Amino acid sequence: MTFETLLPYLMAAIFAMAFPLVTGYLVLVERKILADFQARLGPMRVGPHGLLQPIADALKLILKEDTVPKDADKFLFYLAPLLSVVTAFGSFAVIPISATLRIADLNIGLLLISALAAVGVFGIILGGWSSNSNYSLLGALRGAAQLISYEVALGLSLVTVVMLSGTLSMQGIVEAQFNQRIWFLFGNYGLMLLSFFIFLIAAVAEVNRAPFDLPEAESEIVAGYHTEYSGFRWALYMLAEYTNIFIICAVAATVFFGGWLRPFANIEWLAYPMDAIFPAALLFLSAWGCARMKLFPFTALLGISGLVFLIPAVATALSAPFWFFLKVSAVFYVLIWFRASWPRLRYDQLMDLGWKRLIPLALGALLANAIIGML
Amino acid sequence: MTNHLETSEMLLNMGPQHPSTHGVLRLVLKLDGERVKAVECVIGYLHRGVEKIGENRTYMQFAPYVDRMDYISAVSNGLGYCLAVEQLIGAEAPPRAQIVRVLFAELNRIASHLLWLGTSALDLGAMTALFYTMREREEVLKIFENYCGARLTTHAFRIGGLQYELHDTFEAETRAFSEMFKKRLDEYEKLLTKNPIWVERLKGVGILTAEECKSYAVSGPMLRAAGVNWDLRKAQPYSGYEQFDFEIPVLHGADSYDRYRIRIEEMRQSLRIIDQALERIPSGAIMAKVPKVLKPAPGEVYVSIEAPKGELGYYIVSDGSLHPYRLRVRPPSFVNLASLEKMAVGALVADVVAIIGTIDIVLGEVDR
Amino acid sequence: MDAALFYTFAAITLAGALATVTRRNPVHCALGLIFSLLGVAGLFLLQAAELLFAVQILLYVGGVMVLFLFVIMLIHLEQAARLRQYSRQWPVALAALFAVFLEIYVLAQSGLPGLPPSPQPRLNAGGNTERIADSLFYVYALPFEAASLLLLIAIVGAVWLARKKEQPQ
Repeated sequence: MTFETLLPYLMAAIFAMAFPLVTGYLVLVERKILADFQARLGPMRVGPHGLLQPIADALKLILKEDTVPKDADKFLFYLAPLLSVVTAFGSFAVIPISATLRIADLNIGLLLISALAAVGVFGIILGGWSSNSNYSLLGALRGAAQLISYEVALGLSLVTVVMLSGTLSMQGIVEAQFNQRIWFLFGNYGLMLLSFFIFLIAAVAEVNRAPFDLPEAESEIVAGYHTEYSGFRWALYMLAEYTNIFIICAVAATVFFGGWLRPFANIEWLAYPMDAIFPAALLFLSAWGCARMKLFPFTALLGISGLVFLIPAVATALSAPFWFFLKVSAVFYVLIWFRASWPRLRYDQLMDLGWKRLIPLALGALLANAIIGML
Repeated sequence: MTNHLETSEMLLNMGPQHPSTHGVLRLVLKLDGERVKAVECVIGYLHRGVEKIGENRTYMQFAPYVDRMDYISAVSNGLGYCLAVEQLIGAEAPPRAQIVRVLFAELNRIASHLLWLGTSALDLGAMTALFYTMREREEVLKIFENYCGARLTTHAFRIGGLQYELHDTFEAETRAFSEMFKKRLDEYEKLLTKNPIWVERLKGVGILTAEECKSYAVSGPMLRAAGVNWDLRKAQPYSGYEQFDFEIPVLHGADSYDRYRIRIEEMRQSLRIIDQALERIPSGAIMAKVPKVLKPAPGEVYVSIEAPKGELGYYIVSDGSLHPYRLRVRPPSFVNLASLEKMAVGALVADVVAIIGTIDIVLGEVDR
Repeated sequence: MDAALFYTFAAITLAGALATVTRRNPVHCALGLIFSLLGVAGLFLLQAAELLFAVQILLYVGGVMVLFLFVIMLIHLEQAARLRQYSRQWPVALAALFAVFLEIYVLAQSGLPGLPPSPQPRLNAGGNTERIADSLFYVYALPFEAASLLLLIAIVGAVWLARKKEQPQ
C-alpha cells in the first residue's frame, strides 16, 4: 500500500480523533472573540489566558452524572445525540483541504452534505421528543420547522454554484474556480454575491446560530431540544453543533471562496508572496501578539513556524491547507460577529423570512444566474 | 370530516427557575403551538413579609429594609421612605441634602434602567448589550460605594437628611460619568434602536393602551409609552425637583419598542438633571433637627415618588407609638405586572419574554 | 464485500419495514421507516446510483419523514395509541402477502415477457447525475412537467382542505 492509498483512511482517523479537541478549541475561540466584542476577557483561569479551558470543560462533562428524565423514551433519548454526531462527522468525507488532502472525492459531494444535514435534523427532533419535557418538545418543533425551511433556500443557493461549476464534487468545484480564474463569490459578473448572501443567511439558520438560534433559545425555552441532556450526551450535542458549524464554514470557503486556492491562483508571480510571505507575516503578527500577552513559548513556536514557511518547498506543500483554514476561520469569525451583534428573531418572523423572502429571492437568483450563465 | 386527533394544548410552566423570568416569577402558560392562550402569574416565592416587619421595627430601624425590595434601585426606595416619615413627623431635609438626594436618585435611575436594558436585550438574544450596560452601571455603583460603602443596598439617606457628607471626589466622579455616559448612550442606540431585528421583535408587541394603562393603574415608563404625560417628578414635585429643567419623554406607540425608547430618553433626561444638580449643590447642613427617638403623633400619610419603575408609594399609619401601626408599600413592579395577562394572551412565547422584559419587574419588590 | 454490504442494507431495509408496521408508538414506527429508507438508499449506492442515494436521503428521510414526525409530535400520543389499529385485518394482510410473494416468485422464475433483461449497472461510470438530468429534462420533459403540475394541484388542494373553516355566524 502506498501513502496515497492510505491517506484517506489516515485523514478520516485524524478527523474523528482530533475533532472533539478541535471543537473544544472552537468553543474557546468563540468565547474569546465574543469576550472581545463585549469588553471583557473571557476564560482566563485555566492555563495561560484560559488555553486549557476546553480540557477542563471536557473533563467536567465526562465526569458529570448522566441523567435521564422520568418517563423519557430511553432508546430514542440515547440514540438522538449519536445521530447528530454521526451525521455531522459524515460530512467530513467530502471536504477537501487541498488537492490531495481529502477523504473522498465523491461526484455528489455537495448533495451528500445536504443529505447528511437533513438526517442530522432527526437528532434534534428525536432528542427533543424523547425527553418528555415541554421545553424540549418546543425546541424540537422549532428545530424541525426551521431546518426544513432553510434547507430549501440553502439548496437553491448552492444550485447556482453547481450551474457555474458543472459538477457536484467539492474538488471539482474548486478546480472549476481555478480554471475559470475567479472565485465563485464574484462569478456571473457579481450576481453570485446574491447567492452567497442567501447561502450565508440560510447557513446560519441551518446550524442554529444566532440570530436564528431558536431551537435552543435560552431566554425562551431554556435550552430547547437538549434541555434534559446532561454530561456526556450533552457534550455530544455540542460536538455535533460545532462540527456542523465547521462544515458549513468549510462549504462556504470551498464553493464561494475557492477552497484551498490562494487569491489570484492563476497569476504565477504571486505564488511566493501569497504562499510564503503572507502566511509568514500572519504568523509573525500572531507571534508578536503572543509576546504582548507574555505567552513566550507560543511566540517562539509561531515565529519559528513563520520562518519555516519562508522555505519555498514548505510553502508549496503547506499553503493549500493554510488558505483553506484561513478562509474557514474568516467565515467562522463572521458567524460569531452575527451572534455578538443581533437579537434573536421570533418564530413567525423566522418562517416569514425563510418562506416569503429568502426562498423567492433564491429562486430569483437562480433564474438570473441561469440566464447570465447561458449568455 | 371529524377530527379524531386533536393537536394538543400544552401547559408550559415557566419559572420560578427560568432564565428570563428575572428572579423567581412563575408563569403557567397555556399554549397552542407557540401561541399563548392563557397566562397565570404565580408570585410570592420571594415574600419576606417586609410590610409586617415594618410594624415591629422603629421608624429608623426599618429604613434599611426598604432597600431590599427593589434592590436594583435601593436609593429610590430609601428616598420614598425617608420622605414619608419626614412628612409624618413634620420635618424637612435641608436644601443641600435635598439636592444630593436628587443626584443619587437620578444616578440610581440610570443604574436601574441600565440593568433593565441589558437584561431585556439578553432576553431577546442580544447578549452584547448586557456587558456594555453592566460596565456603565459599575461606574454608578462605584460612586455609591465611595459615598456610603455599599453598592447595591445602599441605605444612603437618613430620616431628616443624610448621614454622611459627600466624599471629596464625588463631583469629579459624577462629572466624568456624565461625560462618558452621554457617548455610551449613543452607542447603545447604534447597537439597538434601528437594528431591524430589535425593532421587529418589539414593535407592536405587548400593546397596552392609555385607557388600559389607567384601568390597571400602570405607572412609570410603561404609562408614558402609552401617551400619558404623568411623572410624579413634574406632577407633584418632591425633594426639589421643581428647580430642575428637564422633560418628561412621552411616546404614543404603547408597545414594547416605545417603552424601550422612553427608558433610553429618560436616561438622557436624568443626565440633564445630574448636570444641573452638580452646578447648584448648596452648602450648609445635611441633617435636619430630628429627635433621637421617633414617636410621631397619631395620623397617617401617603407619599409617593417616581421610582425608575413607576410610582412607588408608602402609606404609613402611626398610632403614636415607636412602631408604625401599619406600613403599606405600593410597589410599581407589582402593579405593572398585573397587566401581563392583558398583553400576553394571543402573543407568542418569545413575545411573553419581551413583554416581561419591558414591564421591568424586580421580584423583590413584587413579593416584598 | 459487495454481497455482504447488499445483505446488510437489505436487512436494515426489512427490519425497518417490520418495525414500522409492528411498533405501537408512532414515533418508533417513523424511526423504523427512516431506517428502511436509509437501507434503500444504501442499496442505491451499491448500484452506483449516487444521485438517487443522495436524493433518497434528502427528500424522503430529510423532508418527508421530518414532516411525518412533526405532525406526530403535535398530536395526542396517548389518544393515538388507544385508537383502533389495523391489526384486525390480519387474514387479509396474510393473503396479500402471499399474493406478493407468489408474484415475486413467478417473476423471478420467468421474467416479465416483453421487457429486456435488466442491464448490469455501469460501475465507476463517473456519475449518473447528468444522465438522469438528461432523461428528466430532455427525453421525458413532458411527463416530468405533467407530474410537477399534478403535485402543484395536490399542494393547492391540501392547503384548501387544511385551512381553518370560517365559523358560521
